[in-house]
Amino acid sequence: MQRRLTGSANDPLIRARYRRESRFKAYSITALFVAFAIIVAFFTDIISQGYSAFWRAEIEVTLDYNERAERIGRFAIPEDLREIVSRGAVRSIPLQIRNNPALAGTSRTEWVPVYSRIDQYLKGKEELPPALVRQVDELKAAGVIRTTFNWAFFTSGDSKLPELAGIFSAAVGSLLVLAVTLVFAFPIGVMSAIYLEEFAPDNKLTQAIEVNINNLAAVPSIIFGLLGLAVFINTFGVPRSSALVGGLTLGLMTLPIIIISTRAALRAVPDPIRLGAFAMGCSRWQVVRDHVLPLSLPGILTGTIIGLAQAMGETAPLIIVGMIAYIPEAPTSIFESATVLPAQVFTWASEPRKAFVEKTAAGIIVLLAILLTLNATAVFLRRKFERRW
Amino acid sequence: METEVKNTTSAGAATMAQKVETPPSERQTATPEVKMSASDLNLWYGDTQALHDINLDMYAREVTALIGPSGCGKSTFLRCLNRMNDLIPQVHIKGNVMLEGEDIYDPSVDVVQLRTFVGMVFQKPNPFPKSIYENIAYAPRLHGTGTSRSELDDLVESSLKRAGLWNEVADRLDTPGTELSGGQQQRLCIARAIAVNPEVILMDEPASALDPLATATVEELIHELKDNYTIVIVTHNLQQAARVAGYTAFFHMGRIVEVNDTDTLFTNPKEQRTEDYITGRFG
Repeated sequence: MQRRLTGSANDPLIRARYRRESRFKAYSITALFVAFAIIVAFFTDIISQGYSAFWRAEIEVTLDYNERAERIGRFAIPEDLREIVSRGAVRSIPLQIRNNPALAGTSRTEWVPVYSRIDQYLKGKEELPPALVRQVDELKAAGVIRTTFNWAFFTSGDSKLPELAGIFSAAVGSLLVLAVTLVFAFPIGVMSAIYLEEFAPDNKLTQAIEVNINNLAAVPSIIFGLLGLAVFINTFGVPRSSALVGGLTLGLMTLPIIIISTRAALRAVPDPIRLGAFAMGCSRWQVVRDHVLPLSLPGILTGTIIGLAQAMGETAPLIIVGMIAYIPEAPTSIFESATVLPAQVFTWASEPRKAFVEKTAAGIIVLLAILLTLNATAVFLRRKFERRW
Repeated sequence: METEVKNTTSAGAATMAQKVETPPSERQTATPEVKMSASDLNLWYGDTQALHDINLDMYAREVTALIGPSGCGKSTFLRCLNRMNDLIPQVHIKGNVMLEGEDIYDPSVDVVQLRTFVGMVFQKPNPFPKSIYENIAYAPRLHGTGTSRSELDDLVESSLKRAGLWNEVADRLDTPGTELSGGQQQRLCIARAIAVNPEVILMDEPASALDPLATATVEELIHELKDNYTIVIVTHNLQQAARVAGYTAFFHMGRIVEVNDTDTLFTNPKEQRTEDYITGRFG
């Protein structure tokens, strides 16, 4: 019997085809591996640099509210520890005494943060003079210096002292900015998309609008910052650096994203649903309200969340409208000066002091965690409500 | 109304088991009453003319079948009858369609109102992704014909009974309509159309997406609905036209080639093209 199905090993044409296939496969696997390696390297680097910022060293000191401490807080600290205790921890002592005169002349023992260079030394990131090294090592061995979770990083705002700097005010700023963005861009974006997709006639004008919206989504974000500066600050007099102007500017940027994703979500609703509703005597608005919108809502929300996540990571346009300010206290309204998480990261990154390196990385970790949570929410929403028709 | 519904249902239950097929010719004794009629209807998609001088009478409480090869204009014509073509931009219509003496293309006619008189069932079952109950109660609530909960309950029950679906879904009205089988979905769509209480029901190949058993059920249903509604049905299936329709119009190239009572058209066509089509020589 002649075997016709097993001769491929000798057929040069077939072998060449297999070779090409395996070569192509090798290229794609390499590309995937490189991409994955870059991501892993990025995360490893950021996390290894940043995780230490979530801990800080504290020292147990006896605060002596003596007469000299009423004017200069440092004098409340035992002389040999003045190099070690954070200046930030003693700054408020004169004020405490003034507010509570009963404190004067008393003393009490408290855990206070240490000076950032000592903190960095304990984390193995900075060198200290040998004498100081000896003292710190002894204190640590005696249990006077301990390491605890750095809650202050999450509960306090920016500070010129790295051991006291936190992301709270920037997080509040981001929240306010996103709220303004959402309130501004969501209704306008969704309504525009509904009009364009469900009501508008297909003519030159709507086609031109459509092309322009698509182009708008590709405009570099810094241009939106300039637009926000010109329109909101110069023309309408919105306070500079405020969450309001930042939110409106990011809203301009998010608008095309929301419009495009909403239109895609509306278009994904099968036409038979619309026809069925029309055939029952629904008006166009009833078709949209009762049938199209409920089905496309998950898609609309997904697009909006992704748009917001993008806005949240945006820095360039906010720098233009002045949201890169030094904000130690969290803003309480959208009219006050504020900063946002990525801008805070930017500020810390440009600090020369070593202790801010880990703050920068920790800020990035928090920002990434929030963005990943937002994206995961979007994916979850899409999965949960996907295609039930 | 209520008793009438009950009667239909009990009759429906009886016919469900043994298929009753009355030859259409035996039923046509008196002169039938014209429910809808198209006269000199022309339709263009942009510059392409899709319908040429259509003249067709559709009789009350009768089934009129529209047959013809793909692209002959039968579905386009059907959609003229409840102005669904209005939804397609570039469609341009000349001529008129009368619903009991009223021109439905008159500028004063409200399309939303027209569609409550002329309901429609589509080729692919398209229940709303809502519960079975909501599928039916939706339109009556919208049009204000059913307002109280008990009224709606009655309406849902009677519509489902007329569509022959009540026994199958009575205990699960809260489940999504989309979870029913294809044939059940189509009957749900018919029930949904009935709930608006239309006078005419248009059906665009209502059984072409269904298996033979479900098709048989839907055909029986059409047969029963005929007693109360005027039905216009587009079908590719000639046997189906022969089974359900009293009258049949043969469309070809956007024109009506021949229209007659179904028996005559199938057994004794006057036009050569009709004969060629029904004997399977083209189309």
